[in-house]
Amino acid sequence: MANTGTKGDKVFHAVVFAAALSIILIVAAVIAVMFQSAIPSMERFGIGFLFGREWKPAQEEFGALPFIFGTVTSSVIALILSIPVSLGIAIFLVEQAPKKLARPIAFMVELLAAIPSVVYGLWGIFVLAPLIREYIGPFLQTYVGFLPIFQGRITGIGMLTAGIILALMITPIITSVVRDVLEAVPHTQREAALALGATKWETTMIVLGNASSGIAGAVVLGLGRAVGETMAVTMVIGNSPQIVASLFEPANTIASLLAANFAEATDEMYLSALIEIGLVLFLVTFIINAFAKLLILSVASKTNAAKQG
Amino acid sequence: MSETATTFERKRRGINLLMTSLTAVCAVFTIAVLVAILGYIGVRGISSLSIEFLTDTPKPVGEGGGIGNSILGSAIMTLLAAFIGLPVGIAAGVYLAEFGKNWFGNTVRFVADTLIGVPSIIIGIFVYTLVVLPMGRQSGFAGGLALAIIMIPIVARTTEEMIGLVPHSMREGALALGAPQWRVTWNIVLPAAASGIATGAMLAIARVTGETAPLLFTALNSRFYNYYLDQPMSSLTVQIFNYATGPFEVEHAMAWAATLLLVTLILVINILVRFFTRKRF
Amino acid sequence: MESKISVKNLDFFYGSNQALYDISLDIPEREVIAFIGPSGCGKSTFLRTLNRMNDTIASASVKGSVMMDGKNIYASGTDVVALRRRVGMVFQKSNPFPKSIFENVAYGIRINGIHSNKADLEERVERALKNAALWEEVKDRLNSSAFGLSGGQQQRLCIARALAVQPEVILMDEPASALDPIATQKIEELVVELKRDYTIVIVTHNMQQAARVSDRTAFFMLGKLVEFNPTQKMFTNPDEKLTEDYITGRFG
Repeated sequence: MANTGTKGDKVFHAVVFAAALSIILIVAAVIAVMFQSAIPSMERFGIGFLFGREWKPAQEEFGALPFIFGTVTSSVIALILSIPVSLGIAIFLVEQAPKKLARPIAFMVELLAAIPSVVYGLWGIFVLAPLIREYIGPFLQTYVGFLPIFQGRITGIGMLTAGIILALMITPIITSVVRDVLEAVPHTQREAALALGATKWETTMIVLGNASSGIAGAVVLGLGRAVGETMAVTMVIGNSPQIVASLFEPANTIASLLAANFAEATDEMYLSALIEIGLVLFLVTFIINAFAKLLILSVASKTNAAKQG
Repeated sequence: MSETATTFERKRRGINLLMTSLTAVCAVFTIAVLVAILGYIGVRGISSLSIEFLTDTPKPVGEGGGIGNSILGSAIMTLLAAFIGLPVGIAAGVYLAEFGKNWFGNTVRFVADTLIGVPSIIIGIFVYTLVVLPMGRQSGFAGGLALAIIMIPIVARTTEEMIGLVPHSMREGALALGAPQWRVTWNIVLPAAASGIATGAMLAIARVTGETAPLLFTALNSRFYNYYLDQPMSSLTVQIFNYATGPFEVEHAMAWAATLLLVTLILVINILVRFFTRKRF
Repeated sequence: MESKISVKNLDFFYGSNQALYDISLDIPEREVIAFIGPSGCGKSTFLRTLNRMNDTIASASVKGSVMMDGKNIYASGTDVVALRRRVGMVFQKSNPFPKSIFENVAYGIRINGIHSNKADLEERVERALKNAALWEEVKDRLNSSAFGLSGGQQQRLCIARALAVQPEVILMDEPASALDPIATQKIEELVVELKRDYTIVIVTHNMQQAARVSDRTAFFMLGKLVEFNPTQKMFTNPDEKLTEDYITGRFG
């Protein structure tokens, strides 16, 4: 009996160990396979690949800069729009709303994260894009049209639309992490501020100060999601590899370049260039996510220390 | 108190009122967006839903047609993904919970978390180079595999979390009776965590059902009912994408109807999971 | 005697659970009042009714009145923020903000707009730290994190923070319970010192501490006020048999 026990333990351990190992192997394989496929492109274009402004597959000219520009710009727009709203919701849920109200609201915000990307894209094409073409765009041009970013023709499809859709998609993610970090702030911090005659909002600022690195982690996590978001962006950004100031103009991101062109890339160098740019996206999101995780973890250890001290 | 003190106080209270109201506005706004999205899907989608739409295959523009083959394709590939992804993910989660308090466990945890954040289109590229290129064509198998890879780290982490909730005393009780570790895990810990693990599995299934990017060039699409895993396979999400980005009104209408079906399915899973767990889901 | 705070027929509830029953007592100005009693007797809950800190608990409700300088702080329309500025509080565990030592003390001054300029602010911070007997220990590192201080120093920092907004009353909820004997002694000396300028209400589970620092003592049990008398009398010749049993250690 004891014998079968140890033997059984060994088999059991081996099976679950193999499963755990498979996760590491998958990531290693992703890196290895993509790196190998990207070699022709890397050898041919070198580091200049990242700074080239032209993307002309027919002439075998591949520059990634317009896509990097589009990815960064759309993600920054998303963050600018999403951060205040996400913080606002999280503060409302943790600091203000009664529990009975906070739970269903939190759940509804989480449902936003469950809606598939392609659905956001569909909604973006047929609801948001016309809204921007008819109302939001003209409104912005009337009042802040002197800014280069709000000049030019408004088609509704372009950088701004992509940024807004991305903002909607990352808001539930940032909100949920910020909510967790705010809840982890010891209640004594709020009491200390209140006892000094702080208003509700002044107390909230103390809480935010306590949670600052966790909030940074939440934002970085949202950034990681925005950078890698594919379908919704592909559907509304216009897929045009150009670097222009106007946010109403079409643009393109790394992820949407891949989604729109990968299936047609039959030429070896074209495929290799696409995979190289995919590898860049992979490494960037990997680093962003790792960084976010470290920031969020640091909060957990800090609040534990505060509770003990 | 002087004049300035009261102005100061008034300003303070004003800021307080303004900011606390703004946070409520943020919450109301976000819920309004959710309602707007779901409402629009409902209104636009319901008008095109019919039995024929749910069972037919796509037809040339203007002749009707439906998404029966896409529903089947999504079901087959999701099942395949669950078939591969759930056992591997749950086993990995068991490892993390039961043996994972070492550097290897920490590495797996870290890699799993970052893999969860990797854009799913990257997984599509990976499977394309690994499976589609050697096979010479897109296939339902490749699509299902891509979805499985997306599921594994999610399922592993929720499984670990759920097993972590099983009281230690339960384990000790069994170990004290002389049961070997694997029996304790298999007969005591896993059953105790079963409903939580199932919950995580359902959420992972809901998540991959909505995935499009990893299927674009692995499963591609198909206009026919296809039961063979080595052939290109349609899916609801890729079909929605194709219809939505096409030029025809009738196809846009079909995209909304297919979306209604997809979103209903995903929301029902999420709401049921919420209903059955009082925990943080 | 001149009452700073006068409590009449106060009942307190957590949801449907009653935690305090019909409490009435008068707190004279510039004295130290100690609340003693076994844990769970309601002494901390009662303390927190005096600056309406229990408002932060959604299910809490109060009946009866707490008059401060003749005004009921539970009257509708009471400005709770202004009330808490007048009634400072020091908590069981020190809870400095994640800011520098200086900014911790300056916080209450800043939000309440008490200072006229930067020099005034610095002067007020210095005075508060001196009053809390902490100045000599921290004057060279005002800009370093408050978390670098020892437990006893952190608690005195929290007292300085409370003093800086010039309250009239200071509530202390077992302020020394997490401290070693030497740090405790410093806090006790400080309490006696502060009595000159402030009305102080201190909750303690340590009866010797109550005897050492307070002018009057209130003994609570099971949510009821059993006895409220000058400390001298309380510890030598209490009116109630229950008080005597508790003080002589026959229970609790």
